[in-house]
Amino acid sequence: MADMREPIESGCPDPWQYMHPVMRKNFGMWKYHEHPRPGVLRHVAYSGDEIWTVRVGTQRILDLFTLRKLCDIGDQFADGYIHFTLRSNLEYVVSDASKVEPLIKAVEEAGFIVGGTQNSVTMISHTQGWLHCDIPGTDASGVVKSMMDELIDEFKNTNMPNRVHITTSCCQINCGGQGDIAINVQHTKPPKINHDLVANVCERPSVVARCPVAAIRPAMVNGKPSLEVDERKCICCGACFPPCPPMQINDAEHTKLAIWVGGNHSNARGKPTFQKLVAAGIPNNPPRWPEATAIVKRILKAYKEGARDWERVGEWIERIGWPRFFEEVELPFTKYHIDTWRGARASFNASNHIRF
Amino acid sequence: MAIEKHPTPMLDQLESGPWPSFITGIKRLRDEHPEERINEMTNDLLGQLEHSYETRKGYWKGGTVSVYGYGGGIIPRFSEVAHAFPKSKEFHTLRVQPPAGNHYTTAILRQLADSWEKYGSGLVTFHGQTGNIMFIGTDTKNTQHFFDEINEYGWDLGGAGPCVRTAMSCVGAARCEMSCVNELKAHRLLVNNFTDDVHRPALPYKFKFKISGCGNDCQNAIERADFAVLGTWRDDMKVDQEEVKKYVQTKGRQYIIDNVISRCPTQALSLNDDDTLTVNNRDCVRCMHCLNVMPKALHPGDDKGVTICVGGKRTLKIGDLMGTVLIPFKKLETEEDWESLVELAENIIDFWAENGLEHERCGEMIERIGLANFLEGIGIDPDPNMLNHPRQSSYIRMDGWDEAAEAWFERQAEAGK
Repeated sequence: MADMREPIESGCPDPWQYMHPVMRKNFGMWKYHEHPRPGVLRHVAYSGDEIWTVRVGTQRILDLFTLRKLCDIGDQFADGYIHFTLRSNLEYVVSDASKVEPLIKAVEEAGFIVGGTQNSVTMISHTQGWLHCDIPGTDASGVVKSMMDELIDEFKNTNMPNRVHITTSCCQINCGGQGDIAINVQHTKPPKINHDLVANVCERPSVVARCPVAAIRPAMVNGKPSLEVDERKCICCGACFPPCPPMQINDAEHTKLAIWVGGNHSNARGKPTFQKLVAAGIPNNPPRWPEATAIVKRILKAYKEGARDWERVGEWIERIGWPRFFEEVELPFTKYHIDTWRGARASFNASNHIRF
Repeated sequence: MAIEKHPTPMLDQLESGPWPSFITGIKRLRDEHPEERINEMTNDLLGQLEHSYETRKGYWKGGTVSVYGYGGGIIPRFSEVAHAFPKSKEFHTLRVQPPAGNHYTTAILRQLADSWEKYGSGLVTFHGQTGNIMFIGTDTKNTQHFFDEINEYGWDLGGAGPCVRTAMSCVGAARCEMSCVNELKAHRLLVNNFTDDVHRPALPYKFKFKISGCGNDCQNAIERADFAVLGTWRDDMKVDQEEVKKYVQTKGRQYIIDNVISRCPTQALSLNDDDTLTVNNRDCVRCMHCLNVMPKALHPGDDKGVTICVGGKRTLKIGDLMGTVLIPFKKLETEEDWESLVELAENIIDFWAENGLEHERCGEMIERIGLANFLEGIGIDPDPNMLNHPRQSSYIRMDGWDEAAEAWFERQAEAGK
C-alpha cells in the first residue's frame, strides 16, 4: 500500500483558465449574435468586441492523431482555444474576422466538416454501442457514421425549417435522449436465460425489482435457483439484462431498430416534448444500416418540404396531424402506435378534431 | 515486431464516405503509432468490434474497478472473447469531469493526450452523454496510473453508478447573449459540493445536475436532469424598437407577424402600425422564441435569476419524466443566494437518499409518493407555478383545507402581496 496515492478531490475544473480571453473579458456582457454563413457564428459584445465561432463535425471517437491534428489547426489558424458543444461538435473561437476563412479552409482540408449551426441537421448525439457498452443491441458510432455520410449536406447547410437534432440509443434505457428524430434499439423477444449462471451472477431480488411490469419471479430450474420470465407479461425492454447478464436480451435477428420523432428540449414556443414512435421492426443491419437511414431521410424530406419556418419536427406534425404525417412519410400506422403505458389516455383524441 | 492484423471487412466499409471515420482513426493507432502496446490493443479492439458486427452482439461485461480512495468513476470492461482478442481483454473507460462549459486550450488537450498516450489505448471522446470526457480503453493497473498523473494537474473523475453524476452547463455567459445566470458558477458550486457523493456511490441511483442559461435549454436539463437550473428573468424584456423596425424592414411585415407575433405561446406580442413591438410582460412566459428570431432587438430583462425543475429522467423504469417546477424563480446574486441553492440541492438529495427505493430516480420517487408529500418532506410551500392546472379528481381527503388556505394567505401577506 506504500505506493498508493491519495486522490485530490478537486472535482469539476475551473474553466476560466481555459477560456478565450475575449470571452473572459465579455463574460455576461454579450449583446447579440449573427449567422454569417453555415457553421459560423458571430457574437458581438456590448464592449464592441467580437468573437467568431467555427463549428466542426468530427468522428467523436477521437484517436490521438486526430485530437492532435485538431489542436494543430487550433494553434495555427485559431487562437489556441477549443470548445465542445453538447452534441460533440468542436468549436474554434477567434477574435478576428480575417481568421475565419483560412480556418475553415484548414479544417476542411484536414477532412473535418464545417456546419451544424442554426437550421441544419447537426451532429447526431450518440452512445457507446458495441465499441464499449456492456448491454448494447447495436453499435452507435457506426450508425452515426453511416447516417452522417448521407446527411452531410444537411449538416453543411441550413435549409431546414428549424434545427434538427437526431439521437441514437443502443438499448431501451435510451442514453441518447430526446431528439427531433431518434433511432433507438427495440427488442422484440423476451430474454433468453442461461439458468446455470443466474444464481452465481445475479442478485435475484434486485432483478425481480428492476422489471417494469413485474414479469420476473424467482424459480428453481433444473434443481438450481434461477429466475423465470412470464413471457405473456414481458415487454422485452431489456431492463433485467444489465443487473443479470445471463438474461440475454440482444438477439442477432430479433433486436430491431425503432424510429421516434418530435422530441424537443427547448421551451421556445411550446413546452419541451418527448418523442413519439413512428416506425419499428427496422433491421439492425451493420455495417451501414441502410433501412434506418432511408426512413430518416424520408422524414427529413417531408419535414423540409412541409414545415413552416421555425417549426420543429414535432410542431410541424402537430399542425398537419398524425394521419397526414404517416401518409407523407409512407409509414404504416399500427396498433403498436397506440400507447399502453401509464398516462396513455392523455394521448387519445377526445374531440371531433379530425382533418379531412 | 509486426502484428498480425485481424481482418475487418465489415468495419472497412465504414471508411468510405465523406464523414470522418472513427474506424480510420482506430486503424491509425494500430498501424502508425510508434508504441507496440497501442498497436496491439487497438488491433484486438478492432477484431472484437468486427466480431460484434458479424454476430450483432456486444462482448463487454462490467465489473468492479476504481482508483485508490474512490468507489466509482470508472466504467470497467472485461472482454467475453478475450481468448481471441487478449490485448484488449481489459478495456476500461475513465470518466473525467470537463471544465464547466467545456472550455479547453489546445495546450491542456495536448497535455491530456500525452498522459493518455502513456497509459491508454489512445481513444478519447469529448464528451459522453452524461458530460464526461471519456478516456476509452485501458487496463486496471494503468487506470490508476493515468488517474494519478492527470489528478496531479487538476483533473478529477466523474460519477458512475448510483451517485451524483458529472454536471453539465451550456456555454452561457461566456458567449451567449441569452444567458441569465452565471452557469459556470452554478455548475461548479453544485457538483463540487458533492464530490464525496460523486466519488463514492451510495445513493439510490444516479443524480444529475444540468444548467442552462435560458429557456432554450441547450443542455436538455428539463428532460434529463434530476436537478435542472434554467436561467430566466422577471422584469420586462428589453426591446430595442429601432432594431425591431430594421427586422420588419429586412424580413417583411408578414414574416414578423407569422414568425414572431403569432408564434408567441401566450399571445403576449403585438406589432404596432409604426413597426414597433408591444410586449405584455405579465403574460410572457420567457419561452425565448421571439428573442431567438430577433436577437438584435430583444434581450432578457435585468432582474435575472433561475427556475429550478426537479425529477427529469429517461425511460427506465417507469417511463420518461420531465423535470417539473420546484422553484419558479430564485435570485442568484448574493453569496447567501448561492449558498441557499446548494442547501436546496442538499435537502433534496438527503430526502431522496432516505426515501428513494433502490434504483429509483428522484422523479420516480416523487411520482410514487406524490408531489405534495415531496414538498412537505423538503419544506417547500406549494405554488401554482408547479402545475399545468390544479387537480381534476375529487378523490382526495381535504379536511385540512382551512389551515392550508390560511397558510397561503399568510405567505401572501409576508411576500407583501
